Amino acid sequence: MTVNAPAKPPTAPPAPKQKRVRGIEGARAWQAFWLLLPTLIAIALVAGFPLYRTIFFSVQEANLTTPGQATYVGLQNFWFTTAEGIGLGFLQDPQWWQAVRNTLTFTVVSVFLETVFGMIVALVVNSAFRGRAFLRTAMLVPWAIPTVVSAQMWAYMYNDSFGLIGQGVLGGQALLADPSSAIWALIAVDVWKTTSFMALLILAGLQSLPGDMYEAADMDGASKWTQFWRLTLPLLRPALLVALVFRSLDALRVFDIMYVMLGANDAASTSMTGYARQQLIDNQLLGVGSAVSVAIFIIIMAIVVAYVTAFRVKFD
Amino acid sequence: MNLKRTNPSLFYLQRTLFYVLVIVIAAYLLFPFFWAVLTSFRRATDLFLPPLQFIGAPTTIDNYIQVFGNPSFRRGLLYSLIVAVGAVAVSLLFGSFAAYALGRFRFRGKQFIMYVILAVSVFPQIAVLGGLFTLITRFGLFDNPLGLMVSYLIFTIPFTVWVLTSFVRDIPGELEEAALVDGASPLQTLFRVLFPVMMPALVTTGLLAFINAWNEYLFALTFMSTNRTVPVVIANYSGASQYDQPWGPIMAASIVVTIPLITLVLIFQRNIVSGLTAGAVKG
Repeated sequence: MTVNAPAKPPTAPPAPKQKRVRGIEGARAWQAFWLLLPTLIAIALVAGFPLYRTIFFSVQEANLTTPGQATYVGLQNFWFTTAEGIGLGFLQDPQWWQAVRNTLTFTVVSVFLETVFGMIVALVVNSAFRGRAFLRTAMLVPWAIPTVVSAQMWAYMYNDSFGLIGQGVLGGQALLADPSSAIWALIAVDVWKTTSFMALLILAGLQSLPGDMYEAADMDGASKWTQFWRLTLPLLRPALLVALVFRSLDALRVFDIMYVMLGANDAASTSMTGYARQQLIDNQLLGVGSAVSVAIFIIIMAIVVAYVTAFRVKFD
Repeated sequence: MNLKRTNPSLFYLQRTLFYVLVIVIAAYLLFPFFWAVLTSFRRATDLFLPPLQFIGAPTTIDNYIQVFGNPSFRRGLLYSLIVAVGAVAVSLLFGSFAAYALGRFRFRGKQFIMYVILAVSVFPQIAVLGGLFTLITRFGLFDNPLGLMVSYLIFTIPFTVWVLTSFVRDIPGELEEAALVDGASPLQTLFRVLFPVMMPALVTTGLLAFINAWNEYLFALTFMSTNRTVPVVIANYSGASQYDQPWGPIMAASIVVTIPLITLVLIFQRNIVSGLTAGAVKG
């Protein structure tokens, strides 16, 4: 080694070395591209292109069975008033606004309750007691049950002639028949089903909290109550925010519960997705249905973007 | 511990209240499911009985016999299985390629691709329903499990890519570097070196994606007319007349569909929690 060293030309090594590094990086980039290609094609096929079609049809007057005969109508699917003063376009349809109101009520109330209940369940499961393993297991059951199944289970319990709640507790009151009570009945189903999910995420957050902080707080004589508000909650904030956003987005696009428990017609005035599907599939109005879909898409994406920028979520 | 000595009565009161809370939580989480199981074993004529008599009423497996005798339910199980397994298999294959690239390679545009995948995973399915419907009918895939399977990639692929990427990042780099030094190609490295290490992650991710695909309702309702998947069959389950809801068989069918999921979830408990948090918390 020492013998050969002086023989090397002093200027030669840097050039090939640099070129070689770029070559490896270039090759790696190509390899990454090929590895990503199947996924990118699949996403373009099932998300990109259909989304483009939806946006395209939102400004067309089109029928679902004959999409080829679509004609451009601008924003008339959204807002259009005829010469006789009849308001067309879904933004002038009171049913749409009813669906929006109901979806927002559903989202805000159910996500709030899930967070509170999920926090309670997570705090209980996080403390040491006999039967902890059992409760941890029980927690997974509602989450593992398919949404359609939980909808049917609860529809049965709400039933006014058979149901434990509808007949047993309320004495034959048809909870789901009246829109003003139906929304609360639906919230109860969603809270039951997804409290577990919240609890799981919060539990994961709790378990990553440093234990020595609590020891220090104990030494200082802080009560459990103070420890919860001053230590647990602030430290849990990031995990909690992520869980909140994921649950909110899920609740905003809710469909199954409404459709199964209320039927197609009432679902259309109870959830935005139900309304969109009714216009699109049942009424075959490809143009109007697509316009509604675009509106829902914009609402949800706006919330995501607001969240990502507000909390500076980063991907390396 | 301190409280136990200084104020035993308060200590035991606290403890009792805590266990009351535990029982309330367990009852809240499990009771609806327990009630559905119970109903599935009761005769149609006993459904009217008041709760205590209902619990004590004779047990029967008639509802299960009826459900399995129903051809559309049996077909539903088959189609659900085909569609969910197909979507998960494709997603795991494509997803592990993509996760390897995103977790291990440095290249321009990576962050943009991560954003696109995250955006798709929060996609409202309704936003593509019309577009997908026209595509599926154009290619003659309406009422065809293949069409449904492909449409499920919209939520299984972003999910698997996202979760697997976070797993790939946690694998020590030396393993892959050793393979690179030995001259292995990226695919060889992935299949020979990373796959064995990733096996638990693949199982967890596959299971979670399978649950999502098995439960999906909106696409299944819209893209299939006679070859319905099992959630749609259960939602549409009807009796002799339109107003007669056969609750016994509906509950039996619901239990049949749920038991495999609950079994899988209980077996893979620990992995599922890590899979869920990898998928959600790192978002």
